[in-house]
Amino acid sequence: MLEKTVAELSAGLAAGEFSSEELTRFYLDRVERLNPELNAYVTVTAERALADARAADARLAAGEAGPLTGIPLAHKDIFCTQGIRTACGSKMLDNFIAPYESTVSQRLMDAGMVLLGKTNMDEFAMGSSNETSYYGPVRNPWDVERVPGGSSGGSAAAVAARIAPVATGTDTGGSIRQPASFCGVTGIKPTYGRVSRWGMIAFASSLDQAGIFSRTAEDAALLLAAMSGFDPKDSTSVDQAVPDYRAELDGPLEGLRIGIVREHLESEGLDGEVAGAVRAAIAEFEKLGATTREISLPNNHLSVPAYYVVAPAECSSNLSRFDGVRFGYRCEDPKDLEDLYKRSRGEGFGAEVKRRILVGTYALSAGYYDAYYKKAQQIRALIREDFRAAFQEVDVIMGPTAPSSAFRIGEKTDDPVSMYLSDIYTIAVNLAGLPGLSIPCGHSAGLPVGLQVVGDYFAEGRLLNVAHRFQQATDWHKAAPGAIA
Amino acid sequence: MSLTRADVQKIAHLARVAIREEDIPLYADNLSNILALVEQMEAVNTTGVAPLAHPLDAVQRLRPDAVGEVDQREQFQAIAPRTEDGLYLVPKVIE
Repeated sequence: MLEKTVAELSAGLAAGEFSSEELTRFYLDRVERLNPELNAYVTVTAERALADARAADARLAAGEAGPLTGIPLAHKDIFCTQGIRTACGSKMLDNFIAPYESTVSQRLMDAGMVLLGKTNMDEFAMGSSNETSYYGPVRNPWDVERVPGGSSGGSAAAVAARIAPVATGTDTGGSIRQPASFCGVTGIKPTYGRVSRWGMIAFASSLDQAGIFSRTAEDAALLLAAMSGFDPKDSTSVDQAVPDYRAELDGPLEGLRIGIVREHLESEGLDGEVAGAVRAAIAEFEKLGATTREISLPNNHLSVPAYYVVAPAECSSNLSRFDGVRFGYRCEDPKDLEDLYKRSRGEGFGAEVKRRILVGTYALSAGYYDAYYKKAQQIRALIREDFRAAFQEVDVIMGPTAPSSAFRIGEKTDDPVSMYLSDIYTIAVNLAGLPGLSIPCGHSAGLPVGLQVVGDYFAEGRLLNVAHRFQQATDWHKAAPGAIA
Repeated sequence: MSLTRADVQKIAHLARVAIREEDIPLYADNLSNILALVEQMEAVNTTGVAPLAHPLDAVQRLRPDAVGEVDQREQFQAIAPRTEDGLYLVPKVIE
């Protein structure tokens, strides 16, 4: 069962080769053995998983199963799961038992999936290394001295270590694609509005989007179809039909026009081996019939600065709900209401979250709005125009997901700005609201390298098709870290 | 833009976040570095560019003004730090 993809496990369940309960016990056993070192899960829901599995087996026996029925999965601990602790990587929510279910987890539950547990993450999804978690860093299964990326580091590590066949994540500024790259798995961030944000603890609402970590594009297609679609509970959910992503997977790549961003391959922080792996992957696409041309995203270098206004500004507003009154952490013996607010927040939030709340508060404070927030939103418009112009000429844009492979734990923690720059290739995609994915495309010093593929709005089917055809022609996605047996 | 100790204290007050005295210099340093990164935006002329609030230029959906939620007060208060008789308790606000 270890090397089977979700699609293969689904076929095995349908054929009666094994039951969902056997499959679930197999994965729970792996979690028990491997998680203590990796710290990928913060909560393991073994009893719930076995109950889910038995219900799935009953559905399978009754002939009422769908393609995901009985398949185990892990949720990033940012999705509210009713009756189960949802801590979002924070001391603030260490005692928070979610009173309702997120739309993403509800839809996957309705599809018959089995919940293995909740995965570790950067606190409130703010981080690029999973080191800001209250529960300690996740370790990269390829090298436990290295970070798995972030913020969805636990989900990426869990799929890479084969302690979950598939997992959910969220991507506000690269938080699915960068960890997918660092851990050697497939990760997709859909178009803003494609997947409901209901019940997903908010960080920066105009950027937040849920997605998937999987071993293959085919598996991502299965999950995305089940997760996507209009939700009246999310005010920015898009009311547009969900295509049959799986049916699009095999489409030919002849004539596919690939844009290669000049500014990406010329950027000074780009590791030479990463650049080489990405070039080799693009050459593979040319063999499959695609054509390439150089394009320019002249405002790309402004994406990190604009993001570090927009995201902190929205976070300072969203996180004002954590006040020590209605739920979450409350300080001991507050002397008055202001003391209660200040100390509950000061003690409940970690350093990176506080930094971002302070930056956002500053940017939105009287007299600074035009210089920061409005300016950043104008730059966002320029960044979107760059992409619009590019998609007049090309079908997809390809380049490195991150400038390097996984860095060492502790390497960037003293310098927030250098950490932020590890998201230089991914953040513009969030600012423009476009879909993007990362697939393994090579190795650098034994560590995985990711290829980012960005598409036009709602082109998830095309992106998965492109990724799937690459995975049919190459084996990078099958490479597994050594220490996972 | 370099922030002073007083700037950090003022912002922390606005955000209702307690910062320990000994941590203020580090926050001042970190926040100044982040603002220096952000200031790259100043070099760009954005005159006449409409700010982008939503990537797809969507506007708020309207719905009928009908009751959709049910009363879940007990469930919500079960996870509150302190409640009494269906009310959330906080330190006395008015003497």
